[in-house]
Amino acid sequence: MAFLEIEGLQKKFGAADVLKGITLEIDEGGFLVLVGPSGCGKSTLLNTIAGLESVSAGEIRINGKRVNELHPSQRDIAMVFQSYALYPNMTVAQNIAFGMEIRGVPKPERDKAVAEVAEMLQIKHLLARKPSQLSGGQRQRVAMGRALVRRPQVFLFDEPLSNLDAKLRVDMRTEIKRLHQSMKRTIVYVTHDQIEAMTLASKIAVLKDGVLQQFGSPAEIYNRPANMFVADFMGSPAMNLIPAEIAREGNDTRLKVEQRSGEPLSLALGEAGAALKPGKVVFGIRPEAVTDPDGADRTSRNVVEAPCLIEVVEPAGSDTFAVTNLGGKEAVVRLRADAKVSPGQTAMLAFNLDKAVFFDPETQLRLT
Amino acid sequence: MSAASQDNAARTGVIARAAIYAVLILFAVYYLLPLYVMLVNSLKPLEEIRQGNMLALPQQWTIAPWLSAWSTAQIGVQPIGLRPYFINSVLMVVPAVFISTMLGAMNGYVLTKWRFRGDSFVFGMMLLACFIPFQIVLIPSARILGLLDLSGTVSGLILIHAVYGLGFTTLFFRNYYEAFPTELVRAAQIDGASFFQIFRRILLPSSGPIIVVTVIWQFTNIWNDFLFGSSFSSVDSIPLTVALNNLVNSSTGVKEYNVHFAGAILAALPTLVVYIVSGRYFVRGLMAGAVKG
Ligand SMILES: Nc1ncnc2c1ncn2[C@@H]1O[C@H](COP(=O)(O)OP(=O)(O)O)[C@@H](O)[C@H]1O
Ligand SMILES: [Mg+2]
Repeated sequence: MAFLEIEGLQKKFGAADVLKGITLEIDEGGFLVLVGPSGCGKSTLLNTIAGLESVSAGEIRINGKRVNELHPSQRDIAMVFQSYALYPNMTVAQNIAFGMEIRGVPKPERDKAVAEVAEMLQIKHLLARKPSQLSGGQRQRVAMGRALVRRPQVFLFDEPLSNLDAKLRVDMRTEIKRLHQSMKRTIVYVTHDQIEAMTLASKIAVLKDGVLQQFGSPAEIYNRPANMFVADFMGSPAMNLIPAEIAREGNDTRLKVEQRSGEPLSLALGEAGAALKPGKVVFGIRPEAVTDPDGADRTSRNVVEAPCLIEVVEPAGSDTFAVTNLGGKEAVVRLRADAKVSPGQTAMLAFNLDKAVFFDPETQLRLT
Repeated sequence: MSAASQDNAARTGVIARAAIYAVLILFAVYYLLPLYVMLVNSLKPLEEIRQGNMLALPQQWTIAPWLSAWSTAQIGVQPIGLRPYFINSVLMVVPAVFISTMLGAMNGYVLTKWRFRGDSFVFGMMLLACFIPFQIVLIPSARILGLLDLSGTVSGLILIHAVYGLGFTTLFFRNYYEAFPTELVRAAQIDGASFFQIFRRILLPSSGPIIVVTVIWQFTNIWNDFLFGSSFSSVDSIPLTVALNNLVNSSTGVKEYNVHFAGAILAALPTLVVYIVSGRYFVRGLMAGAVKG
């Protein structure tokens, strides 16, 4: 039995269907990331777990116990908000201690708990300040302190890093990961940033328009996206989704991909192709699975080389990205930093077809 | 050439500035003139006023008119001055302002942070209350005061003023709290704070500017009210505004203009003081409510 279970959860605001039957679970000490574009219902889902919104249907269980009817303060959760939500009229210390004060914890005990948390987050020198006297990163730490001091069973984070600048965001991300590893508490974390999702999660739930698109480990989500939305949303640069056709030639299954000029590509799919029916498909391949021949993954069983017209070259330091045109769409490929390519040239590219996924162009779902 | 044009620009700047100041000073004098007339004439013996020149400073300074207005002038039939009525007004204004402000704050809190089905309709009805003229509610109010057995009492006046002010105070607080971050309320809920604890510990401490606005608004309106005061008071609950009218309109004897002036200033003094003490916050609070939280 999982630690936090969400079953058939629905939420309606009046006539608006915001969550349409979400089923999820996460084990004790797990890190569940809810990811999806803005407005897809992530915050609403988190708020229902917190008890800040009631649910229209479905059940939420924490540690085997149904909590639908419990007040937020009785669910043994703590939440970090996107805007930090620090009480402006209280000092940092009072902010952190407010929950304990409400519960009637004696002052010496409160002070001790505040001091411990301040130590852990290195905010001791800020305890006497008001939130308005803090920088964004410091506010973030205080908001986390207020959650940590409760020692809850479940931490809820609603886009905690989205108001920080890029550098600080990366630092805090590492810090959250470190805290999670040392405390071993269950975390549910909302973000619209797929990199945050990939780096932090032990399980990812991808949402769109209130519907759960896929629920799985980061590797599953990344390598075997359930549909074209997930494929496109997770990963940067995004997966190439190329219109193509499956053709049977004798015992061989081949993938035909139109190019802007010259012959269409014809890639032998090997045994992976046996399960595919001939006809139109969407060929999904991540940029890093298309390389210069010398940079190809030698452990792969099925690497196919083909000549492609390079249209744009974008050196990015550690790698060089190149853009070619496949199936009428721009396709981004990732070459080694010192690969010798120039725009306008036709170069051999190595397609790692072990990493290829295929989608039905109609239903947008993954085939096989 | 550029130096010359700069010089020119500087000079037109000075001229424009001088013109602006001249206009401002003119208006300041224009608005202060009545106060000046009241003040100088309240400090003159009556004969000096009779001689005409209203704008002249007193030849013989005296505070006798003030003392008379305060404690001995003829109000209606009684020679007791304005003092008892001043006290009536204070006893009426302070609770009425306090009650209407606190209830307005609660309403604003509920209407923005504890939304319920039909909340905008309720708010719309309360807004409507701001636009109902006093005269329309006179008779129903009298009836209700009668039913509650509060006719002619200070408590009755407090009730009427508190209820009538509720539309405005609710409007002020609702707009202010609308911009107040809801996430703070949610954080406090998770911290276990109750409905009233959230109000008292989280919202109220951040409401300084709007409380000042509301208090000034309510204080001035209730203190200056004449219609409710004259309609719903009896002998021992008459507020200052009504007493001032009685003082000025006393038909017996000569018209003591100096005493009338002193009485009028006495009646205006509390609102003046409130403005001077907190007027700065008034403007700031209005701005804060309008722009952001
Ligand atoms: N209190 C509410 N009343 C009506 N609609 C709401 C309310 N809260 C959120 N919504 C709607 O629900 C959808 C999901 O919102 P939210 O959960 O905040 O999205 P996310 O956090 O993924 O950006 C949005 O379309 C939003 O307009
Ligand atoms: Mg959100």
